[in-house]
Amino acid sequence: MATTQERVDTSPKVSDEVKYSTCYMCACRCGIRVHIRDGQVRYIDGNPDHPVNRGVLCAKGSAGIMQHLSPARLSGPLKRVGPRGSGEFEAISWDEALGIACGWLGQIRRTDPGQLAFFTGRDQSQSLTGMWAAEFGTRNYAAHGGLCSVNMAAAGLYTIGGSFWEFGEVDWARTRYFMMFGVAEDHDSNPIKIGLGTLKGREDTKFVSINPVRTGYSAIADEWLGIRPGTDGLFVMSLIHQLLNNQKVDLDYLVRYTNAPWLVINQPGQADDGLIARDSDGHPLAWDKTSGQAVNALLPEITPALAGTYMLADGRQARPAFELMAERYLDEQFAPEKVEQQCGIDAQTIRRIANELAHAAFEQAIELDIPWTDWAGRRHEKTIGRPVSVHAMRGISAHSNGFHTCRAIHVLQMLLGSIDCPGGFRYKAPFPKPAPPPTRPAGKCDDVQANTPLPGMPLGFVSGPEDLLVDDDGGPRRIDHAYSWAYPLAAHGMMHMVIHNAWAGDPYPINTLFLYMANMSWNSSMNTAQTMQMLTDMDEASGEYKIPHIIYSDAYASEMVSYADLVLPDTTYLERWDCMSMLDRPISSAEGPADAIRQPVVQPDRDVRAFQDVLIDLGARLGLPAFTNPSGTARYPGGYPDYLVNHERCEGIGPLSGWRGKNGDQHGRGEPNPDQLQAYVDNQCFWQDPLPESQQYYKHANGPYLEYAASMEWVPDASQIIMQLYSEPLQKFALAALGHGDFQPLEKYRERIKLYFDPLPIWYPPLEEQLLNNRGDQHGAFPLHALTQRPMAMYHSWGSQNAWLRQIYGTNRLYMHPDLAAEHDLEDDDWVYLESHHARIKAQIRTMTGCNRDTVWTWNAIGKRKGAWNLDPNASEGREGFLLNHLISELLPGKGKRFSNSDPVTGQAAWFDLKVRLRKAEAGEALSEPQFEALSPVPGVQDRPDVLRFGQQFLPAGSWRRKPKKRNRAP
Amino acid sequence: MTGLPPSTGKKLGLVTDLDICVGCHACSVSCKEWNAGGHSAPLTDLNPYAHDPLGVWFNRVHVYETDDGEGHTQTVNFPRSCLHCEEPACVTVCPTGASYKREEDGIVLINADTCIGCKLCSWACPYGAREFDSDDGVMKKCTLCVDRIYNENLPEDDRVPACVQACPTQARHFGDLGDPASDISQLVERRGGFSLMPESGYKPVNQYLPPRQRKDQAVATLDLQNVPSGRNDDPQTDGFLGWIDKMLSR
Repeated sequence: MATTQERVDTSPKVSDEVKYSTCYMCACRCGIRVHIRDGQVRYIDGNPDHPVNRGVLCAKGSAGIMQHLSPARLSGPLKRVGPRGSGEFEAISWDEALGIACGWLGQIRRTDPGQLAFFTGRDQSQSLTGMWAAEFGTRNYAAHGGLCSVNMAAAGLYTIGGSFWEFGEVDWARTRYFMMFGVAEDHDSNPIKIGLGTLKGREDTKFVSINPVRTGYSAIADEWLGIRPGTDGLFVMSLIHQLLNNQKVDLDYLVRYTNAPWLVINQPGQADDGLIARDSDGHPLAWDKTSGQAVNALLPEITPALAGTYMLADGRQARPAFELMAERYLDEQFAPEKVEQQCGIDAQTIRRIANELAHAAFEQAIELDIPWTDWAGRRHEKTIGRPVSVHAMRGISAHSNGFHTCRAIHVLQMLLGSIDCPGGFRYKAPFPKPAPPPTRPAGKCDDVQANTPLPGMPLGFVSGPEDLLVDDDGGPRRIDHAYSWAYPLAAHGMMHMVIHNAWAGDPYPINTLFLYMANMSWNSSMNTAQTMQMLTDMDEASGEYKIPHIIYSDAYASEMVSYADLVLPDTTYLERWDCMSMLDRPISSAEGPADAIRQPVVQPDRDVRAFQDVLIDLGARLGLPAFTNPSGTARYPGGYPDYLVNHERCEGIGPLSGWRGKNGDQHGRGEPNPDQLQAYVDNQCFWQDPLPESQQYYKHANGPYLEYAASMEWVPDASQIIMQLYSEPLQKFALAALGHGDFQPLEKYRERIKLYFDPLPIWYPPLEEQLLNNRGDQHGAFPLHALTQRPMAMYHSWGSQNAWLRQIYGTNRLYMHPDLAAEHDLEDDDWVYLESHHARIKAQIRTMTGCNRDTVWTWNAIGKRKGAWNLDPNASEGREGFLLNHLISELLPGKGKRFSNSDPVTGQAAWFDLKVRLRKAEAGEALSEPQFEALSPVPGVQDRPDVLRFGQQFLPAGSWRRKPKKRNRAP
Repeated sequence: MTGLPPSTGKKLGLVTDLDICVGCHACSVSCKEWNAGGHSAPLTDLNPYAHDPLGVWFNRVHVYETDDGEGHTQTVNFPRSCLHCEEPACVTVCPTGASYKREEDGIVLINADTCIGCKLCSWACPYGAREFDSDDGVMKKCTLCVDRIYNENLPEDDRVPACVQACPTQARHFGDLGDPASDISQLVERRGGFSLMPESGYKPVNQYLPPRQRKDQAVATLDLQNVPSGRNDDPQTDGFLGWIDKMLSR
């Protein structure tokens, strides 16, 4: 038969309209174009002009239609009518729902606002939700940072005044040596992928991935180092050891931009030992070699000593911080031979990596012909770059030694002189900020009063024991114990402890738990099985639930919905206004500030409301001052978009920086512009203000940049931001633990603070491992590490309701090295029991060589509770899928009063400290364990189709493929 | 059986760079998204919310581990779609003429109106590139986004296959592989691109670029030896303290 070409329409009409917005299939905030045809979303692609993703789009973003059309979408407010957890709900009106919420919340606010715990999950409106909590008057507020990456944020902000991902990025175009530590592959995903694609093509550039697991990014690395989990800090300190030993550090950079030359008081046993020596005005001192005296270390042109012991005017002795640092890491305990076994990376490789770092930083230095002016007004003709860059995230943060490990990485960057320089790591506005930023957490004892807002925001940065939120006895004041002696620098709160503590009434019972977009009865909690019990546990005396009221807002029928008393249904991301604000987490790049909005590209077809609209409405109904006019009427009757335009944090500064001023001609600062949102819509839903080249580098010391930043209120003033190689706030805690000062920890915290508060980065084995090893009888009982990796095509629990994404990751396996499998007589597809000190699960295995020999891992959050997300109860996510969460206790091993399974400095959830043992399971049903009763369908969700024919509606009218069909009509 | 055009004006195809493919599935899903409402609409999904979901996908990503036999293994992400062969067995085997290769650009397509769903083509294709839509009763496959690449309703920059546009690492390239001077042919030449299973004789148009040599051995010209630390030395000497004792200015 001859070729018979059909007539193909190669220019079909694609869309009636293209609307710009911001993706929300994960937290990355990429720009999208939504193509609308016949009032429906035809497809979504990346916005080529957008600074984050530059036209590309990941699998999640491209699957947005399926999230928008998910049959798990909630359809209206619900009130629980059966026992909690039974899934028996009654559909109610918004009036009734808001009335119930106001009843509970109003009662609390009139008596004790601290009875409200308000925690939000993957919230991108924290400047609003935080302010709402403050206005309500509760200190018990946080977003999900405590269970995510607060170690990275806190270590970064206390050390360099910025942090990985959110507040800084790699100079992908110029870096010569890129090290990536433990990165979750669904985060910052398009910028990282764009960057890797670029740098891999350069002959002179090397990419090293340090990760126990060789998936995605690590698969294309020039070198993969399958490190033992939790030992990254030791590895980095060994690199530092090598660099110091070989005199390969950038002393000029350290003297100019860090506190390396600051004098540290050397008065062992005294109350000021280890503090920074200061003059009478509080300026830090350095030893000026020219004048031979201690001088204000902030002055330009001084010639500070980096070593030596000096006598201060008052007779005290002091030594430069640099010398203390050098002394520590030159110690033989950090020699490559000493750490190789623990890290699982041989000494020769550690040496080689150190050599390569030094080579890239110092032999391949970049000189750009970009003159710039520093904070002291001195002009520099060239911009010097040390083209070594680092990105680190979850694999560092989710360990109980993550804060110090992350600080060690920043110290390495400082020593190489590679922060905010060409080829290095570069800040994104509004960062850098002073390290730490000057805001302190509100919520001390007297701060919480009936009918009264807090005097500040609930989250901030403590600078010493005096800033803790503790009661007169030294006990915690927040429900999550953040900012207590147990977790002093818990800058993002500790969401993973809220349910446990509220259930235990520790330090006090609460009345209402208000959650937004956080799947706390499933994959977002440790110890999931008992967490579900805590949510349903009754107080025998009162006959009430131990947590009396639970209000939950989500767009989808997640596992948590079933445990709510009141469900406030949210919209999908294509149906709402949102804001990626300079007050929160904007979309800036190293080249300049940028923020963005989400606009409703289609209208909801259900009785749902954007959570932020509801929160603002509740604020007005409750009479919270910031949400009401003096007359008592609502201040933002137009809801969130009204707030975005008209709210001012201080004069001329609001949630959105673009097109301010009455005429929309001001940027950054200006009066509210009633047409501001339209201006964003007209400009592809984002605003950016590229900095002049002369302000794009050395921003921590760049005079004109700092003046601009101060005028935008990003920093308190235009002073130089000095990186804190040596962290004085940590030393203040150490001194308190030694008995100095007015603020003293309870005895039970003293030893812990002595151990873990060190002004220079330290390494210690993860706490769970330490405690298990200390149990003499159990030594070696849990020899393996277990952790999760995030699949690039999924975002936490959200992906499984997505008809397309769940075809890619519909079930998860327990991955392990073939040698480990062989040791246990295991082959692919066998089932195993995995046991921790806390619980046991059953899972199916698969082998891979790209895995640390002592580590087993699986994909995160694929396992689902049967019946959740409107999946068929028989779906693979519930049958074969599993969570490691069951194995992870929210408390450390031990008896009696136990600490949280968290970093002792920041309270960061230590998900990846998990130790396990493995044994082959007998042949049986292919079913993971544990299994729970299937959740009942949530009323109002639509029927899930057996066949999904999305797209046939866009075929030409009359096409036979548009007609309804019977399934499987062909053989 | 169906004949092939004696020659095609162009040989449009894709080149996939295995050196930078991170296996993120962006190509698969953007392809699914565009094509679900495109020329071959719909790309039906059976059991979309139940056990064993089974959908039509034109582009799937596989992950392999390779082993050189000497203990060196590597993870390779491998996207797989129709290769638009110059001599496609799937076309010649078609009993109705529904499968065909376009004369103007070499794209292999299926005419859904004449496809009888006999699946001979999927048996003939050694690359597993054909997808049977049992709901429609017809075979479907990668169209190289024939409804995008010439589409005058799209901005010119967007007239590339959806997978190419979406790929975050820019591992995917589109162009005329029949023109040795084209950018894409030059890229293949430069990087030592290869065909899949050339021995089968179907002459795939699509090409793959191999992973580059990993820079996993010493790249530094510096070979640092530990400098004597001199920590106990007099600061005036050349040791560590001597080194940091140099005059530095803030």
